Amino acid sequence: MKSQNDKITFILNGEKVSYAGNPMDRLVDVLRENFEFTGVKEGCGEGECGACSVLLDGKNVPSCIIPVATVQNKEIYTVEGLREVKMFQILVNSFADAGAVQCGFCTPGMMISAYALLQSNNNPTDDEIREAISGNFCRCTGMNMIIEAIKLAVNRLGETE
Amino acid sequence: MIFRTMSVQRQNIPDKISDAINRVDAFDKCTGKTKYINDFKFDGMLYAKTLRSTRPRAKIKSIHIPELPDGYYIVDKNDVPGRNRVKILIYDQPFFAEDVVNYIGEPILLVVGPHREKILHILSQIEVNYEDLEPVLTMDDALSADSPRIFGRDNCFVDYKYYKGNPEKAFANAQKIIQRTYRTGYQEHIYIEPQGVIGLFEDGKIKVYGSIQCPYYVKRALAEGLDFDEDKIRVIQVATGGAFGGKEEYPSIIAGQVAFASIKTKRPVKLILDRKEDIIATTKRHPSITHYRTALDENNNIIAMDVDIKFNAGAYAGLSDVVLQRGMFSAAGVYNVPNIIVRGRAVCTNNVPAGAFRGFGAPQVFFAVESHFDEIAEEIGENPLDFRMRHIIKKGERTSTGGILRQEVKLPQMVERVNELSHIRNKWKRYSEQKGSIRRGIGISMFYHGCGFTGKGEEIIQGKATLRKYPDGKVEILVSNVEMGQGALTALRKIVARTLQIPIQDVIYENPDTDRVPDSGPTVASRTVMIVGGLLKKCAEEMKSRWNQQDKMEISRVYKHPDYIQWDQEAMCGDAYPTYSWGINVVEIKVDTITYEITPEKVWAIFDVGIPIDEKMLRGQFDGGIVQGLGYAYMEIMQSSNGKLIQDSITDYIIPTANDVPEIVSETIDNPYEYGPFGAKCAGELPFVGAAPALASAVRNALHTEISQIPITPEMLMKICEKNK
Ligand code: FES
Ligand code: FES
Repeated sequence: MKSQNDKITFILNGEKVSYAGNPMDRLVDVLRENFEFTGVKEGCGEGECGACSVLLDGKNVPSCIIPVATVQNKEIYTVEGLREVKMFQILVNSFADAGAVQCGFCTPGMMISAYALLQSNNNPTDDEIREAISGNFCRCTGMNMIIEAIKLAVNRLGETE
Repeated sequence: MIFRTMSVQRQNIPDKISDAINRVDAFDKCTGKTKYINDFKFDGMLYAKTLRSTRPRAKIKSIHIPELPDGYYIVDKNDVPGRNRVKILIYDQPFFAEDVVNYIGEPILLVVGPHREKILHILSQIEVNYEDLEPVLTMDDALSADSPRIFGRDNCFVDYKYYKGNPEKAFANAQKIIQRTYRTGYQEHIYIEPQGVIGLFEDGKIKVYGSIQCPYYVKRALAEGLDFDEDKIRVIQVATGGAFGGKEEYPSIIAGQVAFASIKTKRPVKLILDRKEDIIATTKRHPSITHYRTALDENNNIIAMDVDIKFNAGAYAGLSDVVLQRGMFSAAGVYNVPNIIVRGRAVCTNNVPAGAFRGFGAPQVFFAVESHFDEIAEEIGENPLDFRMRHIIKKGERTSTGGILRQEVKLPQMVERVNELSHIRNKWKRYSEQKGSIRRGIGISMFYHGCGFTGKGEEIIQGKATLRKYPDGKVEILVSNVEMGQGALTALRKIVARTLQIPIQDVIYENPDTDRVPDSGPTVASRTVMIVGGLLKKCAEEMKSRWNQQDKMEISRVYKHPDYIQWDQEAMCGDAYPTYSWGINVVEIKVDTITYEITPEKVWAIFDVGIPIDEKMLRGQFDGGIVQGLGYAYMEIMQSSNGKLIQDSITDYIIPTANDVPEIVSETIDNPYEYGPFGAKCAGELPFVGAAPALASAVRNALHTEISQIPITPEMLMKICEKNK
């Protein structure tokens, strides 16, 4: 049996949580199954598609190739934890208005990557936007409408500042 | 800005149906509220994982199964209560292999239990003792006389022929005959959500939830596999994370498997494929070889074509029969070819079964015919655009199957418009005279997509749609068509709301549940808006006429083909489709003649989809289809070697990402179809069809070389160019 000390503690969507299971468990499984944040999607399990993206200390990372042990004392956000955040809401509205959502399976991961970009760069170029989401596959939209959605969000953020 | 959280936000429908509204499902999808199959949990639910064949063709001599811990089960062929064959078009692949396996990835059994790691461990301890049989690996092998017979007498699931006019005579009178062979490769769907289903057996009734396109296909396959009455089977679609045809026939197999597993274990059973399994075991786009022999008269007009089409169907028939037919009916492209003979074969090989994929057989043949037009033009020294224009089919003329085109063909206007936007005429000339190591190229393709099912399909299906009014003024759409990303939830609501003049949030449309909805047919063949939307529009019109008299009512309509349609399936003669949607693509590329790397720079596309039901959603279809088509043309490489896919992971199988996508300019041209809702025709598959031939055309323009194969890889280009030097 594990002792209390073996628990992995981290901040998840603003709350301190701990996980007592196997430290090698994949973060995606822990988030989806133990904490029921199913907004984190699994598309490949190989770190390629970006559907499982979460914010790890503000950076977008694929949670399917990260053992939960590595997030000890770190801060994780999934889309569920961002619902009340203004910048995220602006992104959501922009995705809806720009027609950037089809099947939606890539969308939460895409939102995470877009959010991470806008947090670090409030006026990204087209190329920077492309680069920021190049690790997020979308098989439905052809990507240009997603890029436009992010640009729309940039403009709206500029207006509200 | 207010954050809109309502599932369906308030929106009034614009007067002009094409004016865009926002999709009703966007907010839930962005915020992670939408539940996909893998997000569902049931009490006591078990997980399943599949043991698959590792041999292309072998007898199973024995299977060694380790002792199972408590609560773990094996589910295999012995647990199939009904017939161990998945009913697709014919009784086809077994749910679980019996004594032989016919492709790598074929399911043999499931390991079922509460913990996934333990399941994997058990799986790793199972040993299958095979006796290898000589496999048939390629179409050439399958068709050679001395190869093993793995299906029928000729290794062909079907071998069809149709003709128009008198090709023999026309060839005898030909001034010139030009022959070419074209090849296309596999394409994998890569819907981002892998396939998955959950089966529950409760009170003698089977319930299956799944990421599926066709709830009633699944229901019918379950009825056969379970030997249950239909009222003991319930199939419920849940939010589907992309499909593109890949979740048309395949889910029937895994739905059966979890149903058997849940009967055996008396627990809910969840089966989610991992990405690698999904690539190895589920359907793909058929590889093809198409040979053209074309006769020209003294004015270099095409007078006849002889076309031979072969699709590699893989080990089981699946939908290959109908995929092939759509390919065959594309053989003349958008042109009037007075005499034509077309043979098509779906060839059985020991490879993973191919199946439905956006475009459904048309993309392979449109690549071939459009390439052929380019290469004939080159050979006779004419500009490929002018050569095409001389042959474009017009209203009143007969298609290759002899059906009369009743609607205006607006390709000439579309060509003018695409030239205005892209300047293809000037650029084509300029680029053909280039030297230097970085070259540009511009290419064009013209194409159509026949709307709805091929031939009598819609008549056989007899889709039924129902609209129900509740006392609170809300109206519910009851159809079996699903949202899989293409926008059905929004488009069908929009049609109903606009007809009834009510706001969209007053229209209810839940994911289909076969206990609640009639069979309006599968979500395939770009038929949802035109056929099912058409039925709903009629229901809504009727409802509107009685709106104030009745606060509760239910109105249904069953599809009937327009009277003019004539189709002889045996001869493959007549109107293969009730109407057609049309497209033109122009693709401009850059090619580096040192690395042979291709970069698409810009795409212009004009589509005639009747009247667009929603411009924004359609743009999503256009962009998405074109980008998949570009991937098909030059990026997405999948090859089989000894029956094993070489690119069997998402790391090895490369699809376009945000860094690869060019600017895409698309427009529509109105051309209302009398029987479509608001004049709409089909739109979902069409935009896929033209991208690959247009890109290939651009490569020819840049490098003056024959391109007879996609995907166009740098290695292939290098070989061709070195040879030409
Ligand atoms: S699921 Fe993690 S990158 Fe694809
Ligand atoms: S919307 Fe379907 S994968 Fe992006």
